[in-house]
Order: sequence, then C-alpha cells, then structure tokens
Amino acid sequence: MKEIVVISGKGGTGKTSITASLAYLGGEDLIVADCDVDAADMHLLLSPDFGNPEEFYSGELAVINQDVCIQCGKCQEVCRFDAISVVNNQYFVDSLGCEGCGYCARVCPAEAITNERPGVGQVFVSNIRTGSAMVHARLNIGADNSGKLVAKVKKDAKSLAESKNKTAVLVDGSPGLGCPVVSSLSGANFVVLVTESTVSGIHDLKRVYELVEKFGIKAGCIINKADLNPGVTDKIKGFLDASGIVLLSEIPYNESFTKAMTNGKTIVEYDKELGAIISGSWEQIKELCEI
Amino acid sequence: MKIAIASGKGGTGKTTLSTNLASYIAENRECILVDLDVEEPNSGLFIKAELLHEEDMFKKIPEWNESTCELCGNCQTVCSFNAVMKMGKMIMVFPEMCHGCFACSELCPTGSLPMKSKKMGELKSYKSGNLNFIESRLIIGEEQAVPLIKQTLDYVDANFSEDRITILDSPPGTSCPVIEATRDADLVILITEPTPFGLHDLKLAVETVRQMGKPFGVVINRNGIGNDGVEQYCREESLDIIALIPNDRLIAETYSAGNLLYPTVPSVKNAVSHIESYIEKINEKMKRDTV
Repeated sequence: MKEIVVISGKGGTGKTSITASLAYLGGEDLIVADCDVDAADMHLLLSPDFGNPEEFYSGELAVINQDVCIQCGKCQEVCRFDAISVVNNQYFVDSLGCEGCGYCARVCPAEAITNERPGVGQVFVSNIRTGSAMVHARLNIGADNSGKLVAKVKKDAKSLAESKNKTAVLVDGSPGLGCPVVSSLSGANFVVLVTESTVSGIHDLKRVYELVEKFGIKAGCIINKADLNPGVTDKIKGFLDASGIVLLSEIPYNESFTKAMTNGKTIVEYDKELGAIISGSWEQIKELCEI
Repeated sequence: MKIAIASGKGGTGKTTLSTNLASYIAENRECILVDLDVEEPNSGLFIKAELLHEEDMFKKIPEWNESTCELCGNCQTVCSFNAVMKMGKMIMVFPEMCHGCFACSELCPTGSLPMKSKKMGELKSYKSGNLNFIESRLIIGEEQAVPLIKQTLDYVDANFSEDRITILDSPPGTSCPVIEATRDADLVILITEPTPFGLHDLKLAVETVRQMGKPFGVVINRNGIGNDGVEQYCREESLDIIALIPNDRLIAETYSAGNLLYPTVPSVKNAVSHIESYIEKINEKMKRDTV
C-alpha cells in the first residue's frame, strides 16, 4: 500500500481540484484523506456522506474557577502567551490564545485553575461518489494542533486502506510549511507538487521542496496555469530538472477549474481536454509509485 | 490603525490586496506593510524597496545542564507537549515540539533547564518612499509559526508609531497562526472568491473574526468567475462588501510577473481606493468611539 501526498506550498494553485480529479481517476482503488483541515474543501467535489463522526481531542485549555480564584495574578505572570487578562478584577483565560501548557494551573496557590480537554474538531469516515471512502475532518475555529489532527486523519485513512486491501492512500496535503504540512508528509511514498506559473508559485515551490527533500521523498510536479507566464514556467522547469523532480504535466490557464467546482464536479468529469492531461499525470504517478 | 488582510483559503488574493493597498496608500502618506505569512512570505516579491535592517529571530527553548540535574523528572511531568523527556540518566529536549512556555525551566528545582535562544527565522525591514515593509521568514523545518508572528508584531509596535496605517498580510486558514496575526488588528478585511470553495472558507473565516469580536468587511476577488453564492451569503449575513475585483486574465498575468496591479489596471485602482475610504470611515468611527 502506497501513500501519495499532494501539496502546493502556495494556496490557490488548484491543489484540491487536482487531488479530487486523481481521486476520481483512482476510483475504488484508493482511500482519500483530506489533510487540508484548515480549509477542507474536497467534500464539495466528492460528496461524502459525513459518516461515523468521531470527536477529536487534543491539547488542553486552562479554565479559571472564579469562586476559588484569589486574584493573586500569579497565572498571568507565568503565562508566556498573554492568554490571561484581567476584566473588573477577575482573571480570564482567552481560549484562542491559550496553548494549554498548564503552567498557570501548576503555580496557582488557590488551585483555581483546571485544564480541560475541549473537542477541537471531528473526524469522519465517509463513503464518496467514486465508490470508495474518504477520511476528512472539521477543525473548530481557532483550534490548535491541526498537525495532530492531520496525523489522525492520515492514520485512520491508512488503516482503512490496509483493512480494505486498497492500493494507495491519496492525501490532499496542508498548505504552508509548518506543523500540518510536516505531518502531511511524514510516511509518504510520493509527493505531487502542484504549482502555478507565477513568481509566488515558484517561490513557494522551492521552499516547500526543501522540506520534501529533508524527508527524502520522490516527487513529481504539475504546473498549473502554465501558459500564464512562459518565462516563469521555464524557470520552474529548470528548477525541476536541477532537483530531479519529474514534470508530470503542464495545465493551461483555464476557467474550467472554477466551472467544474461550481458544478460540484471534478475537472476530469467536466472538461475532456484538461481531463486527458490529468489522466496522463495519474498514469505517470502510478508508474512512478509502482501501483 | 492596524488592518489585517485575511482569508480562510489560500490563493484568494491576500498578498495581491495587501501589496497593492499598502503601495497605493503610501503614495500619499506613511504606511507600513507587514508580511505575517511567515511560512510562505510573498509580499516581498511585489515590493521593490531598499533593505534597511535585518536580524535573526530567536525562540527560547530549554537546554539541559547535566552537571546540576538531579534527574527528578519534574520537567517531563510539567511539559504538556512531550518536548522534554527523561530517558534513563538523560533529559532529552525536542526543540521542534517545544511551545516555549518556560514551565520546565522555571519549575526545575535545581535550575538545570535554563532557556536558551534558538534561531527560528529572520526579519527584514525595507523602505521605499512612504512605505515601510517588514517581512519575517520561518526557517524551513521549523514547525511553530506563532512565536515568529508574535515577535514580528512586537517589532512593529516597538519601531513604528500607532497612528500610521499598518497593513498585516496574514497567513491563510483559521487556526493558531491567523489568530495570532489578527489579534491586534482594528479591522479585518476578508478576501474571498465567488466559488463554492471560496464561500465555504469565507464562512469559516467569518466565524473566526466574529469569535474574536473584530470589525470586518469582505472583498470579492475574481468577481464573475463562479456564482453568486458569496454575494448572497454576504447579503443574508449583512456583511459589508467593501470592493469587487473583477476576474481578468490581464490581472493574473501582471501578478504572475511579480508586478503591482493598480498602476496599470484601473479596476484594481478603483478597488483599492474604495478600500482606503472604508478604512478611513472605520478609523473615524474608532476615534469617535474612544472620545
């Protein structure tokens, strides 16, 4: 069983649209995992039934019991996250700022602070319209630890793929370079980098590839909006060449991406020409992953 | 006055809006642009300015002092992030997991875990005419963006007066980095696109800023590309639509080359001028409210 992760560094490159197309092409052979938990959009294209919701807990949150608090201010003094404020002489924890380190509770002389474990989101195992299943999540607003949630989504997708004897897990990875994307990449067999022909596209591609290189994962690249700026596209190709990244395809700037999305469809279903390009990439990915 | 430019989803035009708005405002008065998307900072690709200052940014992590340690294991007990572990006769520190709460260090009975500085990124400060531009950049592989965002905002507060217009180019999403970036903002501008993905992620972003109690308005980018779901939602929720930026291949091409849009694209100039007036309106209201 192989794990294919699609990432982009930069948002808005068409990553989710392309991943959903690959999921459609892979059909029953794949388990899909949406690890872009911050902006999980894949459900808009694959119609999951939001089955088996499971509450996800991670990290802790300090809560001050006002009846017990003696207003000594020790908690505010030790908090490095400026998460404790004073309103009308009462101490409050700002739940969006609290990192759940528990330091305040440990130093509170009145034992007025408890650590709670709020649910930070839900994980779903859903049936999707490609005839397979998808593991996805909904992270609560401002919730911390999306890295841990990503790890949970991937772990559940993997065990589901193993139990159902699937050939691969297809992961829609997280944006950026921080903890969620590090979590998305761990354990991957192949990375599909989706970039676009813009100066930001190449900038973020180079940055995120440094991370991929650290993990030593084999990579291929899809250049979206490739005809937008031929000069930049050439630079991207030069970078791919020099880094040993396989160029999977060049997709022209095309409004079908949006039109397909607006119709709740994947691009391969909506646009024959673009569909053929993405199908070609999928065949290449399968070959490179030996699946 | 601080204005955060944010969006639930990546690639909707945060950087485009931030750089164009800041440069436009700076034509007539002093303005500060701060790129807080420290994982993938892109504003600098569009701002041609002279580098005035650069410095390394550090976070504090504990360092084990073997000679004074009595191996009581208290550090492991108080660490909520598994970043400090007692293994046999050693205390191991895992820097990438440390949130910098200081609990292990300050609660160590023998002071054997002093906090030491570790480089997490770089800050650069540029100037071009009336525009000061500050950019921070996380080291690749460094997972925690929040401390760097916080220190960058502290740098801005320490070096610039509050009466200037400060534009904060925020990271995407709705989790901890965005919360940190928008925490001090007086106004949040949410930029979205009129597609199902855009609408879905806008709803999350709206929930986030509402929870933070911030005044906010919406800018619709690539107007005309998808459907009217976003406009309908804004109407139902009585949200201010501050400006519309049309979908236009010329805009995409100009952006792809790393150029500012408003000097050559009239519709963008029109949009940024609308947004400037909106900011003025909110600013006047804030002044009245504080009197």
